Amino acid sequence: MEAIASTAHVDHGPNLRQRLAAKGFDAVTLLVVPAAIFSLLLFVYPFAFGFILSFEPKSGGWLANYQRFFSDSYFYDTIANTLGLSVPVTLLNLLLAVPVSFRVRLMRRQRLLTTILVLPITLGTVLVAEGLLNYLGPQGWFNRTLITLGFIDQPLRLVHNYWGVFASLVITGFPFTFLLTLSYVTGIDPALEQAAATLGANAWQRFFHVYLPLLMPGFAITFCLSFVQAFSVFPSAVLLGEPAGSTRVISIAAYQAAFEEYDYSMASSVAMIMGFVQLAIVVLVLASRGLFYRGPASGAKG
Amino acid sequence: MIRDTTLGAKLWAVAVWSLVGFFVINLLAMIATVVTSSFATRWLGTWLPLGWTTRWYSSAWSEFQLWDVLIVTFQVVGLVVLLSGALGVTAAYALARRDFPGKRLLVLLFLLPLLIPPITFGIPLATVLYRTGLAGTFWGVVVANLVPTVPFVILVMIPFIEQIDPKIEAAARVFGANTFKLFIHVLLPLLLPGILAALLLVLVRTIAMFELTFLVAGPTSQTLVVALYYAVFAAGVRAVQSIDAMAVVYMATTLVWLVIALRFVNPTQIVTRAKQQPAH
Repeated sequence: MEAIASTAHVDHGPNLRQRLAAKGFDAVTLLVVPAAIFSLLLFVYPFAFGFILSFEPKSGGWLANYQRFFSDSYFYDTIANTLGLSVPVTLLNLLLAVPVSFRVRLMRRQRLLTTILVLPITLGTVLVAEGLLNYLGPQGWFNRTLITLGFIDQPLRLVHNYWGVFASLVITGFPFTFLLTLSYVTGIDPALEQAAATLGANAWQRFFHVYLPLLMPGFAITFCLSFVQAFSVFPSAVLLGEPAGSTRVISIAAYQAAFEEYDYSMASSVAMIMGFVQLAIVVLVLASRGLFYRGPASGAKG
Repeated sequence: MIRDTTLGAKLWAVAVWSLVGFFVINLLAMIATVVTSSFATRWLGTWLPLGWTTRWYSSAWSEFQLWDVLIVTFQVVGLVVLLSGALGVTAAYALARRDFPGKRLLVLLFLLPLLIPPITFGIPLATVLYRTGLAGTFWGVVVANLVPTVPFVILVMIPFIEQIDPKIEAAARVFGANTFKLFIHVLLPLLLPGILAALLLVLVRTIAMFELTFLVAGPTSQTLVVALYYAVFAAGVRAVQSIDAMAVVYMATTLVWLVIALRFVNPTQIVTRAKQQPAH
């Protein structure tokens, strides 16, 4: 391939162009430059800019924003609020997704189910929030059905509180977690399970001693990706929750600092803290992945 | 596959399927609520509305200036699709065909915007865009939306390009094709299915991309999903049915493209990048 770009000028020994081509830099490599510049300008630069800006507060010393965040419960409570929502939701989604994907993997026609489950993801959190406001409201079909069936006497209060946001995160988060889990579960060679069954392992033993150790790394990644989505919840926390109380999540704090107080320095600090907390949890989960088996498990299919 | 036939296994299967059924029923009922409400004359305290009407659509159409919003949405989405295709496919080609020092770092750079949620990098990005005066404008919205879509196209296209045999390109060179001819007659036809799939996924994702558009959009550069957010946020000012009518318009716009996209891509690709992730 490298020969294509530099077939001329072979007689004078390697010139600069040929030496670069030998290292892999030639005209084709240059095609990556526009996207790289774009990414540097609009992703790396803003992040670096925000990081520096967070140390240049409107007033006070260079750490004033961070001191304000960690001394004002109106700010630091947002971390607990966000984790209190995102961790249980992610765990629940993962716990539900595992048995469902083990069942769905046996199905021949998975397409209909996956198509239905892709709906809430494509519709997005704003529409789900709007739909749930009606559906879970005191006059909505959900409460009405429960009353008709005799489970409750009074409508449950499910919107404008913690549970509204929780429900919206399950509606958009479960399909996401499920589709990721399914791709990991179907990637494991069924011959391994058959071998275990031949040797007399029952369903639980096959799951705990064959599948689970093999799937643990995949589950760790699924947990991280789902967690990061739930952690950055914004529209449904405003529309379906109590944005001033129990669902004042960290993204609301960042948004308010930027667009209600116009304090971009404080907003950047909150965004940096948000990124840091996310990263800390992701690193923690991925590090624990090393405790499990890593190696081939996909068989000789592809 | 092994199928257990014991009683416990059957009960377990029933439990799992009822869980899936419960989820799907609630999901569909939620969507049905929005659609029913948008056609309702008066709906308070009953299972179904008292009467049916379509007038909410005309009132929503004028109240929310839906025509303008739709035009902006399609312009934004169209430009995002074209630009991310142009930037993403070229970069993916270079990354798939060449090995050079710093390649892993570059791939990491393209991976990060997909792993970090939009609201985290959106706030510093919005700050920079406001300083440059780009935020609030049409181009500000386009540029902000490109940040996750360019890496998305790159990462979907790399495995697709890698599976095309480079010998085909070499053969075209041997028979005297110049770069332009090689691109038009050899590469483009081979890459087209992959590009189509990647760009349809970008399209579906961009219509529903709320956070980035929300952070940088001005009054004249709102897309449909942001306009919907503001309508729900200020609920009480307008009739619920009017907002629901707008939500149905939004659903219709998204679902048309989803149906088209699903003819070319696997539903799981909307969630994951592609089927390239190994199981370990």
